Amino acid sequence: MVTAAQSALEQAVWDVLCSVEDPELPIAITDLGLVRDVRVENGDAVRVRLVPTWTACPALAVIRGRVRDGVRAIAGVREVSVDYTYDEPWTMERMSARGRRQLEAHGLAVPACRFAEPPVCPYCGSADVAIDSLFGPTLCRSTYVCRHCRNPFERFKPPAEPAAP
Amino acid sequence: MSAPAVAIADPAVRAAFREWLLRVADDELTIGHRHSEWTGVGPDIESDVAMSSIAQEELGHARLFYEQVAGDDPGGADRLAYGRAPDDYRNAVLLELPNQGWEFSIIRLALYEAYEGLRLGLLARCGQEPVAGLAATLGREERYHGLFASTWLERLAGAPHGDAGGTAGPRAKVQAALDAAWPYALGFFETTEADEVLLGAGVLTQPAAQQRESWEAAVRPLLARCHLTVPVAAPRDGGRRGLHTADLTQLHREMTEVWRSDPEARW
Repeated sequence: MVTAAQSALEQAVWDVLCSVEDPELPIAITDLGLVRDVRVENGDAVRVRLVPTWTACPALAVIRGRVRDGVRAIAGVREVSVDYTYDEPWTMERMSARGRRQLEAHGLAVPACRFAEPPVCPYCGSADVAIDSLFGPTLCRSTYVCRHCRNPFERFKPPAEPAAP
Repeated sequence: MSAPAVAIADPAVRAAFREWLLRVADDELTIGHRHSEWTGVGPDIESDVAMSSIAQEELGHARLFYEQVAGDDPGGADRLAYGRAPDDYRNAVLLELPNQGWEFSIIRLALYEAYEGLRLGLLARCGQEPVAGLAATLGREERYHGLFASTWLERLAGAPHGDAGGTAGPRAKVQAALDAAWPYALGFFETTEADEVLLGAGVLTQPAAQQRESWEAAVRPLLARCHLTVPVAAPRDGGRRGLHTADLTQLHREMTEVWRSDPEARW
């Protein structure tokens, strides 16, 4: 049975999660879709499971630390565990509409679903663009140039689609 | 870190799976360090960033596999990565060899990524969680490495530019790199008793000979597209049994230096 106190604690945990931003992008981890689930056990032990976008991303340790510190600071929390889980890979579908708008406002091109979609210049909207580098300033960004307006730009890079078995 | 990952009841199968995961982690660690040697000296800024990013990812993947082996042992993953002697490493010898020019690094990357994609596919079907989920996740990241390698390879050797087909052009250098790397690449498929045990237990679903066939089916069309000739050579292996070159001793000294300065340090 979920008591009122337990659901209040769960809400407080979600409030913390909504306040944690990705250190490399102006987006909350909840909008990025990193939170798999939150569980409260025995009324005071909080377990948070996160799904990494890129498993070798150096921001993961920072995010885990911020979540742990934030949840630990909630009154009544005795124990916190924050783990990354791999049972269901992160995909673009996990990103919220608000998160997508925030990244676009930041100047990034954001594919709807897959990296393989034709990229679009975030400045002029042209599809006449060329990739400059698959590997950009962070693991989750690639760099491009727009042939139409001649601006360089970056595009959010999700992990590739699974290979055919 | 999550609970001990290798939770197989049969101790012989568990030990064999541990050995397999160490091969994966040691492969990623050594090639990651070799790739990182291109940081700052790549042929152009994009390739410099790419090799550095690939290095970062491979080291990150190595850490995840060491964690799977170490389980809840605090500091265990670091001790596995940096606290063992060179002959305890199970990486394929190809991955410890020094970067002998950009052509060699690109050929090695192409050969290794094709193998890694295949191996992660096998691990994704091994029936052991969380390793299977982890392997499926990593496979999606590795595909960009293979794409970078094949793009470079086709540019270096495949395009009908100038005298690329001649003895002095870039293709000749790539061919020489392939001749040097190929026998060592066959060492990916070296087996020990662990392979037999895992096949018997159904954790591994493809014997090494069949893995090699799948791998060749993936790399040969790319090499043919680049007008490269696959040499006929016997495998140069040993790595899966801990028999390494002096190059690993040198690499090991370098990559363990910080850890050895204070093994108990917390980061």
